[in-house]
Amino acid sequence: MTHRVIEGGVSRSFPEAHSLLQSASADGAIAVIIGDKAGEHFAALPNKDKYTAILVELGTECLGEHTGEGRGEEGGNVLGFARFRMGDAAPSNLVEIVRQPCTDDGAVAAARALFEKHGLKTAVCADFPGRIVDRLVRPYLNAALGRLDAKLATAADMDLTLRLGLGYPEGPIELLNRSGLAAHHDVTQALYVALGNPAYAPARRAQVAKARQLKGQS
Amino acid sequence: MTSKIAIGVVGSGTMGTGIAIVAARAGFPTILLDLDKARAEAAIGQMQAFFAKSVQRGKMTQIEADETVARVTATDDMAAMAKAGLVIEAVFEDLDVKGKLFSALDKVCPPETIFASNTSTLSITEIAARSGRDDRFVGMHFCLPAQLMKLVEMSPGVNTTPDVFDRAWQICLDLGQKPVKTQDAPGFILNYFLVPFNNDAIRLVEEGVAEPAEIDKAIKGAMGYAMGPMELLDLVGLDTQVLLCEALYGVTNEQRASCPPLLRRMVAARRLGRKTSRGFLSYENAAIFGA
Repeated sequence: MTHRVIEGGVSRSFPEAHSLLQSASADGAIAVIIGDKAGEHFAALPNKDKYTAILVELGTECLGEHTGEGRGEEGGNVLGFARFRMGDAAPSNLVEIVRQPCTDDGAVAAARALFEKHGLKTAVCADFPGRIVDRLVRPYLNAALGRLDAKLATAADMDLTLRLGLGYPEGPIELLNRSGLAAHHDVTQALYVALGNPAYAPARRAQVAKARQLKGQS
Repeated sequence: MTSKIAIGVVGSGTMGTGIAIVAARAGFPTILLDLDKARAEAAIGQMQAFFAKSVQRGKMTQIEADETVARVTATDDMAAMAKAGLVIEAVFEDLDVKGKLFSALDKVCPPETIFASNTSTLSITEIAARSGRDDRFVGMHFCLPAQLMKLVEMSPGVNTTPDVFDRAWQICLDLGQKPVKTQDAPGFILNYFLVPFNNDAIRLVEEGVAEPAEIDKAIKGAMGYAMGPMELLDLVGLDTQVLLCEALYGVTNEQRASCPPLLRRMVAARRLGRKTSRGFLSYENAAIFGA
């Protein structure tokens, strides 16, 4: 199935050349709208019904902000997507595909097939803030920062424990150091506002990092 | 290197059997106590099957496997623990159960024997207080499956003497394990993070955010984890997760540690994970993990 790519600003999912972008045609059965203005380009896209699937890159927002919602019966050929990415680190190979209650199964299958054809892994979820990965990872990272403050163990021992005990490639503190505490702050703050759950409230160390970033300090 | 004292292991469930494998494999005479003798003897059978796989995979010879299993004595007689230099408890996660066990062991074991609890959520200091020797008591939390995982979280209780902790630490190294020191805090490091994380994953299923298999795919793909939370829950056992929740939430009152209603329904439906072949995912093979 052919696909076209519509570029709408800076893409966190595809910041660099990628076979999915390079293999796009001028027209196609699937429209992939990337960038931080993807929602605006989706709104302006004519003849939406002609596509098997329209894939709109998401940030922290829900797909429903772009499609509209009503009575829990929304859905059609439009899906959201985002490659999971921790802060400034390179995007992972995982694409979260966002569907709505009545999204066409054929559109979901087409989206999966497209991403997987280009070497990416996919997971399908409903249209909730944080999707799957941020919903699970951000409270864990906040808790790790809190336990570090409480001197449960050293940062090195906490990281080692999670690596050895659970086979994680990185412990929480080294992961945050690599990808940026201020970036973690931004994502978890957005989820805290959306979900109202204190587990997402940025941990003290993330707040400090964000305050320093705003002052231009590293 | 410590001399090869006898290691006592109490409880022949998944964790106790795994710890006994670790001790015997490291060359320590190992006494495996279970008050249900049939369970203790069944554990020997599981060990033989485990080491048979190790032989098949070229990790040891048949002679080494036979010698290793021969180091293990399975018993239902607590008096056998009188020979142990270190007793590691791996029984039900209940403060009263563990307290009564250690109190009984205190009457059997010589004063120099060090007591260790494999508890994953209870306070080492509180268990030690019921043992009759709180100065010779440490936390030694092995990870599941113990026979494959190197990590041991080691915690001193409030009254543990430094020399006892150092001695237990050295024995842990001699077992071929990798100890990490943590405070005697609820869940230590691993379960403090893992139990709420897994509960959060269950809540995503409850809320209809994603199917269990999709959650695992997302976490493995995004974070590079070897197992997703749903697979891990099924391996640990959903009934065990309920107990972990109750223990952790009971002492922390942290909402993420509270037991999700879906988890209780799964347990009521006897969907306990790998051990019943059905949990959040389905399984065909319930054999002991690894070699």
